[in-house]
Amino acid sequence: MKVLIPTPLRSYTAERSAVEAEGATLAEVLADLDRRYPGIRFRMIDEQDAIRRHMRIWVNRDEVRTLEVPIAASDEVIIIQALTGG
Amino acid sequence: MAEKTVRIPVLPKAATGAVALLIATRKGGFVLRSDPARRRWRTVGPMFFGHIVHHMVLDPRPKARRAATLLAATSTGHLGPTLCRSIDFGRTWKEVGKPPAFPKAPEGQKGRAVGHTFWLTPGHASEPGVWYAGTSPQGLFRSEDDGETWSPVSGFNDHPMYGQWTGGEQDGTPDGPKLHSINVDPRDPQHLYVALSSGGVFESIDRGASWTPLNSGVVADFRPDKYPEFGQDAHCVRLHPLAPDILYQQNHCGIYRLERPKRHWVRIGRSMPKQIGDIGFPIVLHPRDPATVWVFPMDGTSVWPRTSPGGKPAAYVSRDSGKTWRRQDAGLPRSQGWFTVKRQAMSADTHESIGVYFGTTSGEVWASRNEGSKWACIARHLPEIYAVEAVSFAA
Repeated sequence: MKVLIPTPLRSYTAERSAVEAEGATLAEVLADLDRRYPGIRFRMIDEQDAIRRHMRIWVNRDEVRTLEVPIAASDEVIIIQALTGG
Repeated sequence: MAEKTVRIPVLPKAATGAVALLIATRKGGFVLRSDPARRRWRTVGPMFFGHIVHHMVLDPRPKARRAATLLAATSTGHLGPTLCRSIDFGRTWKEVGKPPAFPKAPEGQKGRAVGHTFWLTPGHASEPGVWYAGTSPQGLFRSEDDGETWSPVSGFNDHPMYGQWTGGEQDGTPDGPKLHSINVDPRDPQHLYVALSSGGVFESIDRGASWTPLNSGVVADFRPDKYPEFGQDAHCVRLHPLAPDILYQQNHCGIYRLERPKRHWVRIGRSMPKQIGDIGFPIVLHPRDPATVWVFPMDGTSVWPRTSPGGKPAAYVSRDSGKTWRRQDAGLPRSQGWFTVKRQAMSADTHESIGVYFGTTSGEVWASRNEGSKWACIARHLPEIYAVEAVSFAA
């Protein structure tokens, strides 16, 4: 399925804003994404499998809070970084 | 542990070449490079623009047929922490394969997650490729492949006393509790010291498998028990490379010196001028003279401004192991200079006349090529400076 990448993570995807990844759950999709773009997962998911504080992940129009969410091949995964800071 | 000697007798030769300062800032990394006379400086960078760079350290151990490894600990306000490696002195960088991370906690238990890697220390000279990293929250990590992959030092991170030694989140610094000041005994790779903010100083004589607190004599005036076994707030601890039985500590509550095998720290900051006090973040050692030490005092009164006392910045040097101190403010602002110098943001080179350097949270870098006698500002308008590491090159 299609995965939308926010600008802070595009250094991993050769500046591509949309990439492909596969998996039956969000955890599997992110694992596949990390195989294709090594290191990208740890920047948004910590070692306890929690989505980092300022990262948001949406599957189609639903924001998800855990990685154990089923994903269909037709779904779109949208990764967003909160625009906070200074 | 190897038998201790008070001093390693062979003095290293003084450097005569150019100096590079590795500057870690809140918005990226910079390198300041000097000419051999250390009179002219140019700023290179930024590297990792927009990223928080907590520490940049060059491996001092000689490598056959290849350049030394330069490691940088980076994060951003949003993305998770990582480390990057360069083998061409910062011209190109590559993210490491496995940055420091705590193990995944068993189902139903709350696990720890590294917020950022704060401190980097190359390992013992006999162990090329070994590095140590200290993180926030407090964790000790080790790499055996030149920083490419990192493993937790579970002897510390999972010690039964870890929770008591490190305290709660309220015991940490404002941007998270930290493990820092990782010192490796140059005589013995199994002999390690680390420090915690807060928590105090801890020692291992078995390469990190077991640890004991080492805080006798250090006051914790923010607690009801003023001299606890642990719980002090060590700001910066340095072991002298030529006299590894001698350690200096800039603490939240004073300046201390410890001479092993004793276990009792002596508060050498008592001899600082009373109106200045002995509170600060960094402490810097003379690379060849174990009796000489520099500090950069800050205001630790009332609500702890952590700026230069009275708005008059100055370093203080002791040439006699802390018995007496001399103010060094020539060239620094005479008034309205509200400097804050963080614990990693002051260092020294290895020239005959030692160069001493510090960076401020307001983005200035100051240098002295005569052991603090006179200071000059060599860079300004940089982002908030977190760390300054001096690298001396051969002529």
